Amino acid sequence: MSRIAARFEELKQQNRAAFVPFITAGDPDGDTTLALLHELPAAGADLIELGVPFSDPMADGPAIQASSQRALKAGMTLTKVLELVRRFRKSDGKTPLVLMGYYNPIHAFGTARFAKEAAAAGVDGLITVDLPPEEDDVLRVPAAAQGLDVVRLATPTTDDARLKVIANGAGGFLYYVSVAGVTGTKSYAEEDVRAAVARMKAAGLPVAVGFGIRTPEQAAAIAGFADAAVVGSAIVTKMAELAAAGAARDSLVKDVLKFCATLADSVHGAARAKVRA
Amino acid sequence: MTVPPNSFRTGPDASGHFGAYGGRFVAETLMPLVLDLERAYEAAKTDPAFHAELNGLLKHYVGRPNPLYYAERLTAHLGGAKIYLKREDLNHTGAHKINNCLGQILLAKRMGKTRLIAETGAGQHGVATATVAARFGYPCVVYMGEVDIERQKPNVFRMNLLGTEVRPVTSGSRTLKDAMNEALRDWVANVHDTFYIIGSAAGPHPYPAMVRDFQCVIGNEIRTQLQELEGRLPDLVIACVGGGSNAIGTFHPFLDDPSVVIHGVEAAGEGVDTPRHAATMTKGTPGVLHGARSYLLQDKDGQILEAHSISAGLDYPGVGPEHSWLRDTARVKYFSATDKEALEAFQVLSKVEGIIPALESAHALAHVMREAPKLGKDEIIVATLSGRGDKDVFSVAVALGVKI
Repeated sequence: MSRIAARFEELKQQNRAAFVPFITAGDPDGDTTLALLHELPAAGADLIELGVPFSDPMADGPAIQASSQRALKAGMTLTKVLELVRRFRKSDGKTPLVLMGYYNPIHAFGTARFAKEAAAAGVDGLITVDLPPEEDDVLRVPAAAQGLDVVRLATPTTDDARLKVIANGAGGFLYYVSVAGVTGTKSYAEEDVRAAVARMKAAGLPVAVGFGIRTPEQAAAIAGFADAAVVGSAIVTKMAELAAAGAARDSLVKDVLKFCATLADSVHGAARAKVRA
Repeated sequence: MTVPPNSFRTGPDASGHFGAYGGRFVAETLMPLVLDLERAYEAAKTDPAFHAELNGLLKHYVGRPNPLYYAERLTAHLGGAKIYLKREDLNHTGAHKINNCLGQILLAKRMGKTRLIAETGAGQHGVATATVAARFGYPCVVYMGEVDIERQKPNVFRMNLLGTEVRPVTSGSRTLKDAMNEALRDWVANVHDTFYIIGSAAGPHPYPAMVRDFQCVIGNEIRTQLQELEGRLPDLVIACVGGGSNAIGTFHPFLDDPSVVIHGVEAAGEGVDTPRHAATMTKGTPGVLHGARSYLLQDKDGQILEAHSISAGLDYPGVGPEHSWLRDTARVKYFSATDKEALEAFQVLSKVEGIIPALESAHALAHVMREAPKLGKDEIIVATLSGRGDKDVFSVAVALGVKI
């Protein structure tokens, strides 16, 4: 069983939702990212989304755009991202790690070579924002050969017919984008997301919700009905604020982990209806 | 070597690919919209009422057909082939962009959309979009890089006069590519009511094919007009290529005429061997940006590089996917012209023909100036003068060190 499947199975047994933090690899530098990767599982991360910075992140709002720019300025590349994952895996063999980003850096790396090296480094899944089902064969086929899950996205514009297209070939879990919009800019109506998540279950995969969860209270509410709550922009913004205030790496890492622990506690403590088997 | 296809005019395939290029590389939020648009466009394409309305507007609102003008003095000046200029600069709004905007707003209307967005570089597409927005009574937001706003102030004011909001884009290199990122972000956030009028033959399928079809009026008119004037096909057809919409509209009707040699001209900025150019197909490599696979200016890690050209309309690190395919199949040959060559051509046409061309079009003219003397006097070159140069006089003055 893959790490992703094992983790969701384990959480289902415990009737808990997963807390999934997103950080951009290399923001503000690789060492900070590595320190966070090492400590996030202890802070309550059930799965980690690691952003691969891209110069033109057209599905991202200002927070993650700025974070990608900082990472690129600090010299982060896809090769170095895989190196970070390799070093993370030396101490953690269990926490699933998913790379999230855009296709062009993978295309430039060479898709087949990337799938092979990502799997060898210990990556479990790939979320490639600009590869819809119509275009993702180029990545899905080599990824599958290496045992990597290609995670697909569903959105408020996904109707039932479209959901079938998405479900057919989706791996790992379904990432439900809670708002029609870019990351970290809009807020959703909880009842809309609840209804959508119920509908998304038809894909037959665990459903993670992201784009717009900013507070522990929101995370807890989402965790009441979804299988995972993803928090990205809020964490990235917190990091930028700490860095702007002149925080040294150790204290920045400590404070970010504290914030993540609060989010994780809310997710894990959320009241959940008994999940059907 | 690939075997040339029987026809160069049948693309894209059902999934929106021209060979290895094109496609629909967009966020899932946009996929249902892109598929809707494709259905709406396919239906409109075969609807005589759609074409009747579009042709009526092209005639009475834009002023088409515009002239295919025999540039007698330029021909004599260069001493070679007979040079004809396709006068897109005489269209309402002063460039070819309006051809496409009218087609797209009629589609927006058919689809029941109530708000328009667009990106713009030089401002020509922004002005054309603002114009059709005013003509049809739509609210409109145009995204424009801060750098471009600075160098194309007259167009910003024109858009404002037309009732459009111009939103400055401050991310990245603050030029056309970033304006397109921002327009895509707006679209994702306003999927329910917004129609995105893309200005070039770029973006996700069906845009490259749709924009091409709307711009083919250029090449189709050239064919008819030259037949009337000379009773034959041109020997060489030339157009400038940024995203490549005036070029594909000029070229496409001639792709299956093997006797017609076709040249596209990219912006070489300060030179293709410097880092400051926009010669995507001369120096770039294939990659994925803004919804399509195509040639791009990128580093070895797949990060997009900033393009440079004196012409804001060519200052883009990508190119429409059909051009990439035409490049690889060698049906079209792509060249480049530097800022300096374009400035020279800008001045020559102004002085010799009394026509001030857009800096974009001046790149095509720079190539005409290279090619015409090599050809005989009985040979014919047609170059598309994609826009007029009024918008550029301030930046040309700066480049020439003249204070106005």
